[in-house]
Amino acid sequence: MAQSNNSIKKILIVAFALCIVCSVVVSTAAVALRPMQALNEELDRKTNILRVANLYEPDMDVEAAFAEIEPRVVDLRSGEYTDEFDPDTFDHFQAARDPASSRTLSGERDIAGLSRQENYATVYLVGDGDDPEQIIVPIRGQGLWGLMRGYMSIEGDGNTIVGITYYEHSETPGLGAEVNNPRWQSQWEGKQIYADDGSLTPAIRVARGSGSGEHEVDGLSGATLTSNGVTNMLQFWLSPEGFGEYLARFREDISLEEAQDADVELEAEGA
Amino acid sequence: MAADSPKGVLITPIFKNNPIALQILGVCSALAVTTSMSVSLVMTLAVVFVCAFSNLFVSMIRQHIPSSIRIIVQMTIIASLVIVVDQVLRAFAYQMSQQLSVFVGLIITNCIIMGRAEGYAMQNSPKMSFIDGIGNGLGYGLVLMVVGFFRELFGSGSVFGFTVLQPVQDGGWYVPNGLMLLPPSAFFIIGLMIWVIREVNPEQIEANEFKMKHNTEPKEAV
Repeated sequence: MAQSNNSIKKILIVAFALCIVCSVVVSTAAVALRPMQALNEELDRKTNILRVANLYEPDMDVEAAFAEIEPRVVDLRSGEYTDEFDPDTFDHFQAARDPASSRTLSGERDIAGLSRQENYATVYLVGDGDDPEQIIVPIRGQGLWGLMRGYMSIEGDGNTIVGITYYEHSETPGLGAEVNNPRWQSQWEGKQIYADDGSLTPAIRVARGSGSGEHEVDGLSGATLTSNGVTNMLQFWLSPEGFGEYLARFREDISLEEAQDADVELEAEGA
Repeated sequence: MAADSPKGVLITPIFKNNPIALQILGVCSALAVTTSMSVSLVMTLAVVFVCAFSNLFVSMIRQHIPSSIRIIVQMTIIASLVIVVDQVLRAFAYQMSQQLSVFVGLIITNCIIMGRAEGYAMQNSPKMSFIDGIGNGLGYGLVLMVVGFFRELFGSGSVFGFTVLQPVQDGGWYVPNGLMLLPPSAFFIIGLMIWVIREVNPEQIEANEFKMKHNTEPKEAV
């Protein structure tokens, strides 16, 4: 018995048969359960949007509460709303991959480590669509181990932060993964994104050690690179490269002309 | 060992021959997933499932497994089962799978499962192997639940998410012990558990491998 079991023929047969059986089992499970997982992920994303807006309560009907929030697609280049896409189905990750609806980023401009950025993004408005109480913008960028995806909620003045959350990341549990620690997240509330001088460049950053002032939050101890990643992605997404133009529409300390001037300067720099 | 009757095979690994407490296997995941009892429970169920079925399948094909590739064959079976468990958790218990994160995947490397497949299922009938897998999974789970109970009770003041000791942050009197939420506390609790178990069952105490000498005379260095 042992003799025939160890023949090369038998080894190959056993290995091959086992691989076939196991791969069928694994792929059946993956394919059959995929729709339910996608549903869960979508629900989790919506829950995160509600949570970042401080609207989430345990055991609430997420879908019903989410229906109160108005999604709009924004053209990041002009900061204007666009009706080119349906906000319910617009997928900005897909848009970022399509050369027709995205641009490449390189070198110093790509501080968030994205390499491609979409030209349009979905924002979520709480309250009245024309004069929203809160604006929720998607943010993403490289952390230490991989891409971190999340949301930031900003008050209707386009400057005061309500909260930040990450719904997908692969940071170290206990260190970088503390970006989702409620205690750390709570200190973002009330911080100001931009300095008072009306500049479009965000001043908000994650400090090394403990943060001070209205533009800094405490760093995550033991997770300097994750903290830097958070700073970089905010510096990127809240600047005119990201939502800077759009948020300028809501800011009181800055007139629209100024924003457009800055836009011209930026384009001149880019050219 | 009274391991020949199905009942003996099921019960022995839970108390007498506990995989964590006596064999000191699978300790790393016991440190990671025991901060709360509900997470420990899901991890227990996952390990019981994987251990029982990997034992069953390995035992079913044990006559045909070539000895030169037996470890890889066992690994493949275990890994497939773990992936299935992970997929099921993601579909039906999304929040829980987020909390368990990588540790479901790391069941693959849990030495208990590998050890039972190699040590028991390769020599015994499918039925007995299946029961042995359940027993060992439960033995692992028992330790997990005890550690999880103490860590959650003293670390967060709750049991299964229900508040027992009202913590100070919520206006209560109990100051939670932060150490209990960190992995080292599981070492203390497992250590104390092993002490208690060996007090009750002195036959588990291993003989010293060598005799300690009396204090030697201090000598001047030359």
